[in-house]
Parts: sequence; structure tokens; C-alpha cells
Amino acid sequence: MGVIEDYVARTEGTCGKDKDIIVTFKYDKKDEAIKRILGKAKVHKSIARIIFELTFKNYSFRLYGSGKAIFRDLKDKEELNSILTDLLS
Amino acid sequence: MALDPYKIREDFPILTRKINDHQLIYFDNAATSQKPKQVIEVVKNFYENHNANVHRAVHTLSQEASELYENAHEEVANFINAKGIEETVFVRGTTEAINLVAYAWGLQNLKREDEVLVTLMEHHSNIVPWENLSKMQSFQVKYAQVNNDGTLNYEAFEKMITNKTKIICMSHVSNVTGVVNDVARIAKIAHEHGALILVDGAQSVPHMPVNVKDLDLDFLAFSGHKMLAPTGIGVLYGKRELLESMEPFHGGGEMIREVSFSPKTRRCSITWNSLPWKFEAGTPHISGGVGLMEAVRYLKRIGMENVKKHEETLTRYAMPHMKECSKRIQIYGPQDPSAKCGIIPFGVEGLSSHDIALFLDNYGIMVRSGYHCAQPLHELFKLNSSARASFYIYNTREEIDKFIEVLKEIERF
Repeated sequence: MGVIEDYVARTEGTCGKDKDIIVTFKYDKKDEAIKRILGKAKVHKSIARIIFELTFKNYSFRLYGSGKAIFRDLKDKEELNSILTDLLS
Repeated sequence: MALDPYKIREDFPILTRKINDHQLIYFDNAATSQKPKQVIEVVKNFYENHNANVHRAVHTLSQEASELYENAHEEVANFINAKGIEETVFVRGTTEAINLVAYAWGLQNLKREDEVLVTLMEHHSNIVPWENLSKMQSFQVKYAQVNNDGTLNYEAFEKMITNKTKIICMSHVSNVTGVVNDVARIAKIAHEHGALILVDGAQSVPHMPVNVKDLDLDFLAFSGHKMLAPTGIGVLYGKRELLESMEPFHGGGEMIREVSFSPKTRRCSITWNSLPWKFEAGTPHISGGVGLMEAVRYLKRIGMENVKKHEETLTRYAMPHMKECSKRIQIYGPQDPSAKCGIIPFGVEGLSSHDIALFLDNYGIMVRSGYHCAQPLHELFKLNSSARASFYIYNTREEIDKFIEVLKEIERF
């Protein structure tokens, strides 16, 4: 959990049938978090470093320059933590 | 005279904030409004100079706090044209107000053969209390149909009102589409059938003139925080004779006149306080009430007709520009701005509502995403969720221009 505590400020499940989880990175660590994620995930689309469509392993997600990310259709928080640990380590 | 949003903006300290290096554009007013410095100051002043419990003591501070709190009720009563403070109960917000009616009135009056009529466009706060209570009382909750454009199907609705209908619970303005319902029309038919009407005014009272006598409403629920006041304070308006006939919702201090122990029966006999205190058990949110009073005064100075016109102007300006900026953008609900107020639900093909909200957030633009606590209406629209822009007195055309500019950027993704 160490790397998650270092970079992640909060995670929040959204309402609606889209089972999205929004991850907000710590403000002072967001640039580093984005750099690490972009170093590991494959970028499919992006607009001027504002929004990135990415894939990592079998997961697709979107990353925002403001320091947030949306993950979709994950089973639970453990699955999210596992992906985040891999992305941020 | 039309309101001047630029002058009004000077009263809202938060609007000078930058978010993600962009000037804040706050388009999430249907969720909560921002607060003017007059409201912030009056709450601060209350704690700095007048803080005491109300109706509890004879000392100077308590007298001052009680007077302020009672004046707040008076100001609110006057704002909605209630007869007086006995018809304005302060609660935590719209949700608590509806629950108060459901449990205090519903438990006494709803039985197995009875029907409660709700519309499919309701916020969950006007569905869940009735569904919960129906499990205890075994009455039927019936749902009035909504047309594909989000407007109410009045013909079908009116046919559902029968002598079995005991109460109709409906929103004045939909928190998803901004559709304005003709509650006076429904109130008239309800009364012809001996039914009551409870109106959720959370999205109407802050945005347009609402006169409970003209509309002939039995109950009206609304929240302070959507109309410039602090969170945690709201109002239940009820006709005096109805409130008089109801048992209290919560029991405790403040709401009683006397609790007397009888050694003979070994029980306490209780007499209720007068209205509205009978429904305000415990120490109330005094500073919230004082803040609400100031918020009402602020809105009255602007004029509610001006508030309504300003939001209509912004909506008429925004809707065609939103449609023009991308073929991938779809506005949900009525396409005619005259059927609604300043709430615009929308989606962008290929993006979830949360993607849209986060994209806009990058530019300092705050919009809501998700169900907006109205899942049945989203299911009717066959939507998983929607993004929602909603306007208020401090929003400007320039902000909409910036919003449109950013929406065009989404086209590139």
C-alpha cells in the first residue's frame, strides 16, 4: 500500500450504471504520478496533455492533466489498488 | 431592472478562485449555490456577537439569538407568502422536510387502500420516504408517467388521481432536466379529489417567485444551501391546519410545552409546543437560520422575477451554442428552453458523464455528473448517467462562451 499512500489522495466510486472509480492524486505528487503512469501505460489518444486514453495490461482508463484518473468496470478496490501499485511503482 | 451578474459577482469571494490555473466557472448550482459575503458575514457575526441557545434562557444573548431565529422564520414565511412563522418549519433540508411529512402526516393518514402519487422525474428524496413508509402502512405508491422529452404527461397524470389518492408528491422543477411542472394545475385536481399536494421546491424556490397561496400548496419543501444560505438548513412549509393536526416527527427538547410525570400512572404526559417549534426538536441550526434569513433578503433585493429572467436568458443562449459546437453533444430533456429553467443535462458521444466533468474541471469549469439522485428518470431516458450544467445569479454569457470553447475541445478526443 506504500506507493498508493504516497501518490493517491482519494478514490471515489461514482453513482450510475457506469461503475467508474475516480482516483485523485495528491496535488504535490500529481505531476510525478502522471509521469510514472505515462511511462508504463500505452497512450492511445490524448489532447494536449489534458486527457489521455490509456491501456495497461488488460485495463483501459483515462488520465487527466489535473491529476485525476477514471478506471472502469473493476471488480473491487483490491483490483484498483493492484493496478495503481503496478502503475506507480 | 434586470440583474447585473458582474455586480453580483463582487459579493461572492469564491468566484475569484482559480482552479487548475483557470478562473473558476461554477455551473453546479443545482447541487448547491455559492454564498455571498453578506451571508458569510452574518453567520460570522452571529457566532462572534450573539451566539446562545434559543428559547432556553432569559439572559440577553439567548434573547438576541431567539429574536434572530424567529425573525428568520418570519422572513422565510414572507418570501413564499405563508401566513406566518407557524407555517414555516426549519429542518435540515428538502430531504428532511419530505421525510417529516411522510412520517408525521403519512403514519397517521395513510392506510392499506390508499394511494400516494409520485412522478417518475422525482429526486430520490421524494421517492424513498414513500416507498419506505408503504412497507409499514401497505399503501400503494403509484408513479405518473413522464414523456420522452422529460415533460410531465398531464393527461395520464390526471387520470391517475382518484378518490384513493391521498397525497401527490411532485417536484416543481426537475433537478435533472429543469422542466417546470404546473403544480397549481395538479393542486387543483388533487383538492377536487380530497387529496393533498406536497411539492419539492428545491429547484424552484431559489430560482423563481413561489407563492404558496397562489399555487394552493399543502406542503412545500426546500433547501437553504441551494439559495445562497449555509448547508444544513431548509424549510417545510405546511398549511397551518395540517401542521396543527399532525403529530411531531422528532421528540425532545424545544418541541414540548410540558412533560409531566404522574406518580399514579408512572408515565409522562406531554403537550406539544406551538407551531413551528412543535416540529423543531432539539437545539436547531440557529446560525443556519440566520444565514438563510440574510440569503432571502439578498434574493429579495435582486427580485425573484429578475433571477428567473436571468437564468432563462442564459439557458436560451447556452442551448443552441452547445448543440452547434459538436454533433457528438446531445442535450437531454426538452429542447425548447421555454419549458424549463436554468438546468441543462447533456452528454458527449463516446464519453461518460464523469469524463466530461473531469475534462471541464481541467479548465476550472464545475459541472455535475452521474444520476443526480434521479435514477428512474435516467432509466426512462435510457442513460447510464448525464452531465449537468446549471446556472445562477452570478453566471455570465462570457462563462458560457468559455464552456462552449472547452466543449469544442472534446470533439477532438
